[in-house]
Amino acid sequence: MFKILYKKELSPGIFHFDIEAPKVARKAQAGQFIVLRVNEQGERIPLTIADFDRVKGTITLIFQVVGASTAELSLLNEGESILDFAGPLGQPSEVEPDMGTIVCIGGGIGVAPVYPIARAMHEAGNKVISIMGARTKDILIFEDRMRAVSDEVMIATDDGSYGVKGFVTTALQQLVERGEKIDQVTAIGPGIMMRSVVEATRPLGIKTVVSLNPVMVDGTGMCGGCRVQVGDEMKFACVDGPEFDGHLVDFDSLMSRGRMYREQEAEAKEHRCNIGLGRK
Amino acid sequence: MALILEKHKMPEQDPKVRAHNFQEVALGYDEDTAIAEAERCLHCKVPQCRKGCPVEIDIPAFIGKIKEHDFDSAIGIIKESSSLPAVCGRVCPQENQCEKYCILAHKGESVAIGRLERFVADYQLAKNEEVKPIEFAHDAQRVAVIGAGPAGLTCAGDLARKGYKVTIFEALHVAGGVLSYGIPEFRLPKDKIVKREVENLQKLGVTIEVNAIAGRLFTVDELLGEMGFDAVFVGTGAGLPHFMHIPGENLNGVYSSNEFLTRCNLMKAYDFPNYATPIRVGRRVAVVGGGNVAMDAARTSLRLGAEHVYIVYRRSEAELPARLEEVHHAKEEGIDFQLLNNPVEILGDEQGWVKALRCIRMELGEPDASGRRRPVAIEGSEYELEVDTVIMAIGNGPNPIVASTTPGMDTNKRGNIIADEETGATTREGVFAGGDIVTGAATVILAMGAGKKAAAAIDKYLQNKKA
Repeated sequence: MFKILYKKELSPGIFHFDIEAPKVARKAQAGQFIVLRVNEQGERIPLTIADFDRVKGTITLIFQVVGASTAELSLLNEGESILDFAGPLGQPSEVEPDMGTIVCIGGGIGVAPVYPIARAMHEAGNKVISIMGARTKDILIFEDRMRAVSDEVMIATDDGSYGVKGFVTTALQQLVERGEKIDQVTAIGPGIMMRSVVEATRPLGIKTVVSLNPVMVDGTGMCGGCRVQVGDEMKFACVDGPEFDGHLVDFDSLMSRGRMYREQEAEAKEHRCNIGLGRK
Repeated sequence: MALILEKHKMPEQDPKVRAHNFQEVALGYDEDTAIAEAERCLHCKVPQCRKGCPVEIDIPAFIGKIKEHDFDSAIGIIKESSSLPAVCGRVCPQENQCEKYCILAHKGESVAIGRLERFVADYQLAKNEEVKPIEFAHDAQRVAVIGAGPAGLTCAGDLARKGYKVTIFEALHVAGGVLSYGIPEFRLPKDKIVKREVENLQKLGVTIEVNAIAGRLFTVDELLGEMGFDAVFVGTGAGLPHFMHIPGENLNGVYSSNEFLTRCNLMKAYDFPNYATPIRVGRRVAVVGGGNVAMDAARTSLRLGAEHVYIVYRRSEAELPARLEEVHHAKEEGIDFQLLNNPVEILGDEQGWVKALRCIRMELGEPDASGRRRPVAIEGSEYELEVDTVIMAIGNGPNPIVASTTPGMDTNKRGNIIADEETGATTREGVFAGGDIVTGAATVILAMGAGKKAAAAIDKYLQNKKA
C-alpha cells in the first residue's frame, strides 16, 4: 500500500498528491511515469511524475479528473492509501550540459510533468525559458516551481487574464520574433497543443521533444496498447518513450486512439454515480 | 482384459452454453473415471511417455498409484518433478509430449495422462491441506527471481525446498505471469487454481513482491550488490507483442492479443463497469494467428458478446500451432476458421475505427526453414472480411527492460538472453535465465522445465560459492 502524504485541490478538478513510495523516488528521473491502481476493482492509470523527493521518499502526481478512475483517485484523502504503485517507467529525458537554450512548454496540467525536465535542464546548466499555458489565470499550476528553475517564464492564457492572450504558441512566436536562439523545445500537454507547437517549430527546424500519455495497461511493453506511429516506425510509448521527436509523431492517429474508450468512460462515470461513489 | 482404444471422455460444458460464460470448459474426471482411465496404462517395461515430459515426471508410477486408489501418493510423485500440476494438467500440449510417445497411441488413443494429472492435482487442492513452511537456516543464501510466471514460480519453489531464501519480483500487481494475464479463466481458473498455487508457494516461505519492475526500480547489479542476493534467475517472459506492420494497425478496434487478454483476464474487463478497465469487443471479430493465444482471444471474444468470430491463419489446418483440444473446442463453439488467408491491410471508417480486414488467399509451397510448407500468396485473390475488431495474435518478442540494464548479460540478435540450455547460466556470473525470455514464445511447461533446470544449476553454483 502506498500512502497519500499530502493532498491539495489546486483548482477545481485538478489535484496534487504526494505519495509515499521511497523505492520509486530513489530511482525516478525527469520524464518518467508511474502506473497506479486505486483498489481491487481499479484500472491501471499511467501518470507522468511531476516531482520526486528522494529524501522524503515521495512522488508528486498532478492529475485532472477526467473519468471514473481519476474521480475515484481524487476522493482519497491524506493518510489513505493506493493499492498498487509501480515505476519509474519509461525512458528518462535526455538532459546534458551545453544543450543551449531549452524552451519548456507546459499546457494545462502538462506543466506538472514538464517541471522536473525544466529543473534537470536548469541544473545541468542550460538556459531554460518556460512557457506555461492555461485557459485562464485561476487554473494555472506550478508557477512558483517553474519560476524557481527557469531563467525566464512566459505565461499564456486563452482569455488573456494573465500573461499574453492566446496559446503557448503565441508566446513561442514572440520568443522567435525577438530573435531568441532556441536549441530545443520540450512540450507537454494535450495532443492538440503539442501538435500546434510541433507545427510552429517544424518550419524553423527547431528540435522538438513531446511526451505522450496514450492509453496503456501494464506500462512495461507487454500490451502494446500505447503504440504510436513515429515516422515510419511503430513505437511503444511505455518502453521506447514516453518522449519522442515531435516532428515525427502522427498526432491524428494518437488523438483518435485516445478516444477509443469514450463511450465506456461515460458508462463508468454513470455507474459510479448510480452506486453512490460520486458523493461523499 | 481387452484394450480400450479410446480415452475416457472428460465431461465438458455444453458448447452453446459455455460460449457465453467464463466458467471452466472442461470439468475433470471423477474418481471412477480416473481409475478406469489409469487401468488403460500397460505399464510398459521401457516406458516411452516420460521422455516426452519436459520435467520428466515419473508418469507410470503416478498412474500406478491412481490404479491403487492411492491419490495422495500419485500427486506426491508428480510434485517431485512439477510444482504446478493443476496448471500443467490443464494447459500442457500433451499430444505433442508425453501422450505422443504412449504405446497405445499406435493403435488408438494414448492414455489420458494430462487428464489424470489434473485429476490428482485437483484432488489435492480440494483437500486444502496445510502447507508446512520451510525452516530456513539463519545463514541461508538468498536468490532473487525476476518474474512470477511459470519459469520463475518453478525455479523459486525448487530453490525454497532446497533451503534457499527466495524473493520473486513481479512487475504486475498480481503474480502468475501468463497464467494470470494471458490464459483465460475458462481454461485455467484464476482463484481456484493459479492463486492457490501462488499462495502455497508463499506459505512454503517464498516472498513475492509485486509492482517491482526489475531494470527500473532496481538493477541486477543492485540485486547482487547492495540488496544482498547470491544469485539471480531471470524469467521475464516474452513480453513485447508483434504486429504485422500492415496499414491500419493503429486504428481503433485493433488489439494485440496480450492487451485484449490482459484487459479481460487480469483486469476483469468482462465485469465492466464493476471493474473499471474497459474493453471493446465489436459484433464481428477477426483474430489473426493460429496458436493457443489466438484460440484464447477468439473464444474470449465470443464470451464478451461478439456475434461472429474469425480465426485468420496463413497456413492450413495441419499447421495450426494450437493444441488440438483448443482448436476442437473453438470449432465446437462456432469460431469460423479462415485458413490459408493472410491479412494485408486493416480498413477504417472516417472516425478511425476498424470496418474491415483485407486478406489475400494463400497456398502452400515448398517447405521453409521450420520444415512447414511455406504459404505463398495467390495473386489477385484479395477480399475483405467485414469486421469491427481485429486482434493480432502472432507472437511476442523479448522484453528489453532487464537485459538492457544488465551489463555483461548478453542477448542474441533478436534480443533473447543467451543462456546455457542445460543450466540456464547466462554470460554474467551468478545470473541465470530461462523460459520465453531465452527461447522466444513457447509453452508453460517448457518454461517450467527451464526454471527447474536453472534451480538445480543455481543450487550447484551456490554450494560451490559457499565452499
